[in-house]
Parts: sequence; C-alpha cells; structure tokens
Amino acid sequence: MTQPTYQTDALIAEDIDAYLDKHQHKSMLRFITCGSVDDGKSTLIGRLLYDSRMIFEDQLAALESDSKRVGTQGQEIDFALLVDGLAAEREQGITIDVAYRFFTTESRKFIVADCPGHEQYTRNMVTGASTADLAVILIDARKGVLTQTRRHSFLCHQLGIRHLVLAVNKMDLIGYDRAAYDAIVADYADFAQSIGIEGFTAIPISGLAGDNITARSGNTGWYDGPTLIEYLEAVEVRSDANLARPFRMPVQWVNRPNLDFRGFSGLIASGSVKPGDEVRSLPSSKTSRVKAVVTMDGDLPEAGAGQSVTLTLEDEIDCSRGDVLAAADNPPQVADQFESTIVWMDEEPLVVGRGYWLKLGTQTVSVTVAEPKFEIDVNSMDRLAAKTLHLNQIGVAEITTDRRVVFEPYEQNRTLGGYILVDKLTNRTVGAGMIHFALRRAQNVHWQATDITRDDHAAMKNQKPRVLWFTGLSGSGKSTIANEVEKKLAMMNRHTFLLDGDNIRHGLNKDLGFTESDRIENIRRIGEVAKLMTDAGLIVLTAFISPFRADRQLVRDMMGEGEFIEIHVDTPLEVAEARDVKGLYKKAREGKLKNFTGIDSPYEVPENPEIRVNTVEMTPEEAADYVISKILPLK
Amino acid sequence: MTLTHLQRLEAESIHIMREVVAEADKPVMLYSIGKDSAVMLHLAKKAFYPSPPPFPLLHVDTTWKFRDMYDLREKSACDAGMELLVHRNPEAEERGINPFDHGPLHTDMWKTQGLKQALDKYGFDAAFGGARRDEEKSRAKERIFSFRTASHGWDPKNQRPELWNLYNARKAKGESIRVFPLSNWTELDIWQYIHLENIEIVPLYFSARRPTFEYEGGLFMADDIERLEKVMGRRPEITERSIRFRTLGCFPLTGAVESEAATLPEIIQEMLLTTTSERQGRVIDKDGGDASMEKKKQEGYF
Repeated sequence: MTQPTYQTDALIAEDIDAYLDKHQHKSMLRFITCGSVDDGKSTLIGRLLYDSRMIFEDQLAALESDSKRVGTQGQEIDFALLVDGLAAEREQGITIDVAYRFFTTESRKFIVADCPGHEQYTRNMVTGASTADLAVILIDARKGVLTQTRRHSFLCHQLGIRHLVLAVNKMDLIGYDRAAYDAIVADYADFAQSIGIEGFTAIPISGLAGDNITARSGNTGWYDGPTLIEYLEAVEVRSDANLARPFRMPVQWVNRPNLDFRGFSGLIASGSVKPGDEVRSLPSSKTSRVKAVVTMDGDLPEAGAGQSVTLTLEDEIDCSRGDVLAAADNPPQVADQFESTIVWMDEEPLVVGRGYWLKLGTQTVSVTVAEPKFEIDVNSMDRLAAKTLHLNQIGVAEITTDRRVVFEPYEQNRTLGGYILVDKLTNRTVGAGMIHFALRRAQNVHWQATDITRDDHAAMKNQKPRVLWFTGLSGSGKSTIANEVEKKLAMMNRHTFLLDGDNIRHGLNKDLGFTESDRIENIRRIGEVAKLMTDAGLIVLTAFISPFRADRQLVRDMMGEGEFIEIHVDTPLEVAEARDVKGLYKKAREGKLKNFTGIDSPYEVPENPEIRVNTVEMTPEEAADYVISKILPLK
Repeated sequence: MTLTHLQRLEAESIHIMREVVAEADKPVMLYSIGKDSAVMLHLAKKAFYPSPPPFPLLHVDTTWKFRDMYDLREKSACDAGMELLVHRNPEAEERGINPFDHGPLHTDMWKTQGLKQALDKYGFDAAFGGARRDEEKSRAKERIFSFRTASHGWDPKNQRPELWNLYNARKAKGESIRVFPLSNWTELDIWQYIHLENIEIVPLYFSARRPTFEYEGGLFMADDIERLEKVMGRRPEITERSIRFRTLGCFPLTGAVESEAATLPEIIQEMLLTTTSERQGRVIDKDGGDASMEKKKQEGYF
C-alpha cells in the first residue's frame, strides 16, 4: 500500500489554526475520469479517495463486506463499489450516471465526476464533462486505445476541455513494460492530432496497486514525468484563464428592495469589473458606468470571473434578466442565426423545424434547428449525412432563434456559447449545443426601420391587430365559423384577412408535402405571413387543423403578448366523421389516406385555448357571435 | 486573483439560488436547523442582499427535535427577515408516532409524508434542500436541480442532463423541483465556512456537560427526560458526560459523541482526525440495506 504523501495529519493535530488557514486558501479543480468500461475509472477514484483519507472506517468496513459479497476483485477491496451508488449500478456492475466525489490535497480541492463508459450513457458523460477543467482518460495497458477511448477524447475535446491526461492504467498487469506503454502513447498521439487535440500528458499508473498516483513508483524507473496528483495540483484552472478576457455578466435577477436601489445580480462569466467602469447592456446596447459592486460583506473595489455579485449603475438604463452587461468598448456579438454543434440527449429524435426552448446564460428563447449539415460518427469520427439526430448522436446544424441572442463562440466563452434545448411539451432537456459562429446573413441582414410603424397602421384601422387561430379536427367547422366571424367583423368596419389551409397550399406552400418537417415549415410560413399582416394592422383569421401543440406554440411565440388568440373548434371525432363534408374520413378509414388527423395521427387538444367553441351545441352563427363577444373590445 | 475553493462554492450556490428565484413560481427553503441549513440560509441572505431572501423557510417538524434547535429556528428566521412555516404531519401527531415504538415509520410519517403534505399544502414548485453529494452514495449521483413527479418521486435512472450551469427549471403543473445549492460542498467546507463567516449554529455542535443515556449500543442525550420516560416506559439511566453532536436530527435518533471540542477549530480538528463518517450517528441510513437512501428518495424523501 502506497503511503499517502499529501495528508497533513501532523499539522491538524499540532496546529489546527495553521491548517485551516492553509485549507482556506486552496484553489479548486474539477475533472472527469472517462474511458472504456473496464479500464478502472471507479477503481482509480476509489484509490484517490482512499489515499487522501476521504474514506472513513465505517465506510471501509461496509466496503470490505460489500466487496466480498458483490465485488469483482475476489477477496480484495473493490473500490468501484464506493462510487457506483445506485442500486441498478451495483447490481449490474456498471456506471450509469455521473457520480461526483471530493478530495483534497495540500494545495487543492478536487471535484471528480466519474462518467459512464457505455455509449448509451453518452449524455451523462457530457453532463460531467461540461463543468470540468480537465479530463483523465483511462486506458487499459493490455488493450490500448479502444473505440470508447476515442469517443470520450472526442467528446471532451468538443466540450472544450483543454487539459487531457492519458492515464495508462493496469501497468502492473503488463509488468511495467515501457515499450508497450510507449506504443500506446504513440498510438493515442496520432489519434489526438487527427481530431485537433493540441496536447496531452501521459502517465503510466496502476489504480489498484497505486503506482504513480500520489508517489513516484519504483516500478516505472524509466518514467520521469509527474505523478497523477502532482499534475492535477499544478495545472491551470479555467476561471483564471477567463479572468484575462473582457468583462461579461449575464443578468440573472434585478434586485429592487426599495425605490432607491436597483441592482443587477449575476455570476461574472469573464473579465473583471470595478466602480467607474463603462459597461454596455446587450442587446439594447445602452451604456452606463458601474456605481458599486454590492455584496453583503460590503462594496468591493473589484470583482472578477467566477464571482456572484450585484452591480449598481450610474444611470437608469433598461436592463433585465436575460440581458448581458459587458465591457462597453469590447461587447459580445448579438445574432439570431448560428452554426453549432449539437449533442442530442433524448429518446425522441430531433424534429427539424420544431420550436424548442433554448437556454443560453440567462436568456431563454424559442429556436428551430435546421436539417443537420452532417452527423459525426463518434467511433470513427467520420462525417455522415443526416436528416435528424437521435439519442447520443452529435452533429453540426444551423439554428435560428426567434429573438436576437447575446453570445460568444463556445471556444471563447462557455457561458455565452453553450446552450441547452428543452422540449416545449415534455420540458425535458433534449439537447446541448455549442455555438461556432453567427451566420453572416444574420449579421448582414438588418431590420429596416420604417417611419410608419405597426402602431400607426393599427391606429389608422382603428383596431388592435390580432391573430384568431382556429384549430380543430377536419370537418369540425373551422373554415365555416372563421368565415362567419370575418363577415361580422367586416360589418363592424374592421379590416381582416382569412388565411385558409387549403388555399395556402395552392400557392405559397405548394412546394411542401406532408412529412413532419414540411408540416412544421407550413405552419412556420403561415405564422410569418400572419405576423406581417398584423404588422400591417390587420385582424388575421386562420383555419388550419394544426393538430400539434408544439406547432401552435411556435406561432404563438412569434406574436406579441395577447395578439395570438387560440380558438379550439371543439367537435367530437364521431360528429366530424359523420359530417365528412370532403369525404376524407371515408378515405382514411379505407386506408387510402395516411396520417389523417383523428384516425391514425393524433390531435393534441389545446390545454388552455383563449376561446373554446362547442359546435354540437352552437350553430356556426352562434359560434361566431360567441367568438366576437370574447374578443371585444376590438380597439 | 485566483478564487479559493470556498469562494467558488459560494458563488456557485448563490448563482443556483438566484436561478430558482428567477424561474420558479413559488420557491421555499427547507430549513432543518442543522449546520448545513445554517450555511444555506447564510448564502441565501448573501444572494439577495440588500433584499431579504424572497421566499419563506419551511421546517418539517417531528416534535422530537432538540430544544436548542427550536430556539435557534425562531431566531434565525427573524434575523433573516423571512417568514417561517412549520408543518407537523397531523396523522403522525394524532397517532403519537415516535422513534422508540415505530422505528422507520417515524421517519416516513413525520419526515417523508410530512414534507410531501407541506409542499402540496402551500403549492411550492421548487424547494431548496441542504443535502451534499459527499454525504451518501445516491446523493453523489443526484443533480443540483432534481426533478420530482407530481407524487414527489425521484427516478434516478432517468435524470435530466445538467450541463454547465444551465439549469432546466421547466415543469408541468403539479410537478416540482428539489434544488440542492450545497451539492458540491463537503463536510469540511461547511465547517470551514461557518468558521470564516461566523455563522450561528445550534450550541449542541459544541461540547458541553449534558445528561446522557445509552440505548441499543448508542449514546444519546436526554433532552426531555419526562417525555422519554413516557415513550420508553421506563426512566433511562442518566449520566452526565461531555458530549457534542456531529449531526442533528431527532434527539432520540441522533447519536452523541464524547468530546471536549468546544470551539470551531477544535470541532474541525476532531472531525479531521476522526475515523467514522458523519451519518454514522444517524439510524436513518441503516434500515433497508445498501440502497436505503435511494429508496427513500424515490418515495419522496428529500
């Protein structure tokens, strides 16, 4: 057993105050361990915890009895049982989810994320890697570089981990053979170079026997590099690197305890800030100067990357959650179209064109993803053609947000370049992305300001522009009721336009078929047309089945607050089918028409429509009156 | 200006709390009066200064806490300018559930069921808890934003990916999120921070001469001897000893340790030189084998 060299037992016993002072000034490094299934990741972490005395007697006793009962090391202690904490993991002897473990040495505190090796848990590995400063990639010396080694190295590199340790493990099992070690390192170096990894540090170790973990091993006299712990203690942490960059702070929360105080709270993503500094609030681009850096411990003379602070400004500028305060002379970019790498994390594949929530820093916006340019085979690094992305797949695609987003390329700034995608219906985190750059067209196409504003258009028409979105089954009476409503509005001297589903498909959308992405594009175009018409001051009526909540939400998100009125034309399927005005239900029942809403494709009933009309109890005329009564006043 | 590990942990916890306040409809902070709760409350004060923390404190009471704890509870809430809500499971109260006669049922009824009742009663959609990942194996696997179903269950095999410091706080009606701002703190970090920031904690953490009794091989404090006698059916044999607690729960469930550590540095020194883990004094982790905590969490325990 190697004696731990980095515990300060003597100091603890003799001079606890001196020890505390020392501990208080430690820095912190977050790293992950990854590698193939049986490369000994968990064993290595168990060893680090054990050697740094983070395992207590009662835990050790439990571990010893567990090892004999369910362990994989015979009568020896199975360190892996320390980290595989879930019942399913212990039963199956594999790591499913990331486990976070902690240990300290003389100069640092470490947070280790033990990441699963199996491909089906890639999303969990990415979770662990996203917060890491460094990755320890384990290799079984008997097996050399494997597919999983390559995949994990690639993922770490994609997530911007710039410090890689190649820990060639189980050296004891190959007799500490230098030639074998050198061959593995050379093999890995070739691979690393091919995917753009600039450098790595290789260390021959044995997690089980303790070689080159904390102390230099006598078994590897030919190795003159650092031990694993020596390296981990010396490497630069990322927050220090961020400090040298220009100031950026995403605003999390506006602090207003009373009328005299208005502070902007956030975690500084990069750079530093002090009173008197000129700052710019984005996307509005308004500038002001910092009045004070407020904390409960008193105002600070300066604060830097990694600190949570509250800033007060000299001027009352418009700034709220989602905005970014930045160095006035060196602000980040603002755009709404990007190229980005996307890691898909959900069982349900990416739907091209569907609206998802994108969260980046403290900004949450609606986003659509275009068809991927390519998917990357994480095992061979080949670029493959792709129509979508499935669970654990990685690809590159263009994304478009519904509002302009303050960002920086992920390579420069993880906080302003990394985002998650959230499904609008299930609320699951379905993907993660890393922005490469904004598309030129997004930056070169500027919004042309016109002198006659949308408010002017509306005022001239003496009405409030709105979209009355009729949704319901085929044959429910959408077009009929919408037509009645439009007639009544015309009699009230209102300016309207009725967009009908079938009519639009004859012209604007005649290039679109009925696949899922075409259907979404159909809705998106209708939404954009409706939006232009509301800009012109019109009251727009639309009659489309629009069976999916996500699609209706997509359009709702395009419109201003209160302008989208969802009207559910609620007709039971049997009633609509009995009417069967166009004979479509009959065809669908005979199997001549596929994907027909209500028959073999679902209709997702609106959960909270602004208006619901019951066509069984109301005539079209009554329904139209009811709709009008609900949208009054019109101005 | 390299930040120390405590500065980074503090900044992370504050960031987490602000995200919850910005995104949740009705957050609450679970307050158990222990040292972790004390640190969490202190961080909340820092996060929102000069405003008071914009959520109430909730104590899920078992009626079996130490008297010193009840005293500090009132004082802390008052000092922070926060509303204090106390919930006691009426069914447990009525049936006189206690740790001596009812064993694991005591924890289930008072704590697990009590917590679920309180969250439902007030309709909280996000609840801060002071749990740390270094405490227990299944906690080490839990996300910072831990998603719970409408029946408060946790599905460890289907957790939302949690990348960078982007927390997904979206949920359907009825569902809720438990948030653990101290996830990355260790026991040593907690003590060191209490020491550095001068945070007030329950005096029972410091050693003093106190009345004790032995029960099933453990050493316990006789905090309310009359009540003990009533539920135990006999008067336990009381001995004065110099004791303190490493962790605080219900007084008949929390084992004391004999100690002379009366200052924070002495406590930290004792902790660092000790050879048993923090939760050893708690009976709660032991019933039900290896996966006991995981199972409790699936049922809605914090």
